[in-house]
Amino acid sequence: MAVGADIPAPATPLRAWLTGIAGRAEGLLLPVLALLAGFAVFAVFLLLLGKNPATFYALVYKAGFGTAFSWNNTLSRAAPLLFSALCVAVPARLGLVVIGGEGAIVLGGVMAGGLAMLLAGWPAILAMPLLALMAALVGAIWIGAVGALRQWRGVNETIASLLLAYIAIALMNHLVEGPLRDPASLNKPSTAPLAESLRVGDLPGWNVHWGLAVAVVCCILCWVLIERTTTGFGARIAGGNVRAAQVQGLPVTRLVVGFTALGGAFAGLAGYFEVSAVHGSANASLASGYGYTGILVAFLARHNPLAIIPVALLLAGFEASSGLVQRRMDLPDATMTVLQGFVFVSILASETLTGRISLTAWLNRKDTA
Amino acid sequence: MSGDIGLWAVPLAMVGGAIRVSTPFLFVSLGEVITERSGRINLGLEGTLVFGAMAGYALAYMTGSPWIGVLAAAGAGAAFGLLHGLLCSLPRVNDIAIGIALMLLGTGLAFFFGKAFIQPVAPDLPAINLGWWSDLPQVQAALRVNVLFIIGGLLAVALAWMLKRTRIGLTLRVVGDSSDAARALGIRPARVRILATGFGGALAGMGGAYLSLFYPGSWNEGISSGQGLIAVALVIFARWSPVNCFFAALLFGAAGALGPALQSVGVTSGYYLFYAAPFVLTLVVLIASSSKSGALTGAPRELSITK
Repeated sequence: MAVGADIPAPATPLRAWLTGIAGRAEGLLLPVLALLAGFAVFAVFLLLLGKNPATFYALVYKAGFGTAFSWNNTLSRAAPLLFSALCVAVPARLGLVVIGGEGAIVLGGVMAGGLAMLLAGWPAILAMPLLALMAALVGAIWIGAVGALRQWRGVNETIASLLLAYIAIALMNHLVEGPLRDPASLNKPSTAPLAESLRVGDLPGWNVHWGLAVAVVCCILCWVLIERTTTGFGARIAGGNVRAAQVQGLPVTRLVVGFTALGGAFAGLAGYFEVSAVHGSANASLASGYGYTGILVAFLARHNPLAIIPVALLLAGFEASSGLVQRRMDLPDATMTVLQGFVFVSILASETLTGRISLTAWLNRKDTA
Repeated sequence: MSGDIGLWAVPLAMVGGAIRVSTPFLFVSLGEVITERSGRINLGLEGTLVFGAMAGYALAYMTGSPWIGVLAAAGAGAAFGLLHGLLCSLPRVNDIAIGIALMLLGTGLAFFFGKAFIQPVAPDLPAINLGWWSDLPQVQAALRVNVLFIIGGLLAVALAWMLKRTRIGLTLRVVGDSSDAARALGIRPARVRILATGFGGALAGMGGAYLSLFYPGSWNEGISSGQGLIAVALVIFARWSPVNCFFAALLFGAAGALGPALQSVGVTSGYYLFYAAPFVLTLVVLIASSSKSGALTGAPRELSITK
């Protein structure tokens, strides 16, 4: 049977099942290996400085994931990371690299803090959604403008979004030290503290605020939008090839502005929850770098909204352990930034191995041998 | 003569400030011009600038010579540039994303190793008094020009000549405009791009040394607030011409000097808004100098941001 020689042997059900699993695992394998490689490079870095990497990672585990208390700390930090990662991942589906989420976070926070002063007498059931909505709206306008500039003027979205982040932080400093400043805030200029009725509480039975639940729901909704709707399908086509998308009659401009605005809305919500659940008023603490760590989260998750959830938890754990690691190992506060830098470079460099490491090919290698 | 010159102090302080503030812009943008002419964009120069500031300050403090500091900063910057160039030469690795990662890594490492150097005082780079002809202290202060500014100005002219008239310049332009044409001429595009990115990093590192060794003249974690990023955007505005970079750097230096100049005559309200002036100016300039189709005149054709 000369004809049949070229056709691979019929797959047994077991092998077909294994191949299916392997196909799914392949997408996971490379990022995980890259993450471990980043950790390994950082371990060498610590060794060169005469510090023990085993102690370091053990402390991170203990302070980030070891006890109920550390989990609460980690989960509280995960909420803004989830939102700010969505601000990167959603526009990324259109091939846009938006890195200015920090700007939308601080402006969303200032909007919440400032508006709350006007809504002091309102019933919480009306005022709270309004605050969240307005914070999201500010973020949406801020990052949506990046998409609009890209579409109408061809301005590079990466540079524009980062410039806007610097402008937003300056604007926030101006507002909380000037027009919106509460005269009672002496050492740290802030807006007036939110009325107790407007503050967002904890999830029942947890020590973590509601922002985490909202953020997880937003991740799931984004996954549905991108993977299971025609809009998301159109966005993925436009991200792959703008010309082809236009030929197909896809509304590329509306997609670009819509997706950047949606990403910005999530970052604005991050600011809302930071003010209403964590700080209690808007001040310079809003610019604490969640927007920048969120970039790394999104890239590690390969811009997949569901994958963002575990990645954000992991990086939040590292951030939560930062204080303990600094004290116990006598390391500077930039330690976690260095680690993140190594992991970031590692994950990007690993892109070059895409398709080179194949579990399915390895499983089926006996057929061809 | 008395030192009271009223509101004239503002434009005078801005001229002086433009010269002082523009030097880091000038060095970073000249470096980026060379990198982008080869067809790569390095967004990570903000991180390189900060690391250069730290390395320059640390070495100047340890050796007592600011010039060794400048050399160390250039060396460290070159290392970051070469790393960027090597990583981007791997297939499927995106130069913009690597730039973002190196921005994070550069600032992280600078803060990590720089903690020990926040207190000590390092020697400053020398300045030349071009205001000797005037009795006014404000004029003299404005025209105290640093040697690096003059080197930067000469470098702009030299690089323009190099790009236009030398074999190296031709090689760089061919690689930037078409990898295929370069290969047909027997040039290895990847090698040229790695070297061009390394050179760009070295200049960005020197720009950082200027920050910590002359103006503001000390090392701290707030030393650079986006100058590296502005300088990268400025290259687009300057249309990839080194001489244009010189004038663009002066313009942005003047915008950056607006806040301190107004403060010097007693205007303190809206300090943060003046601080944002260079960023707003950069954005406005970017919007004005871009085009709907994304095609930019004078842009190297292999450049990813204009494709």
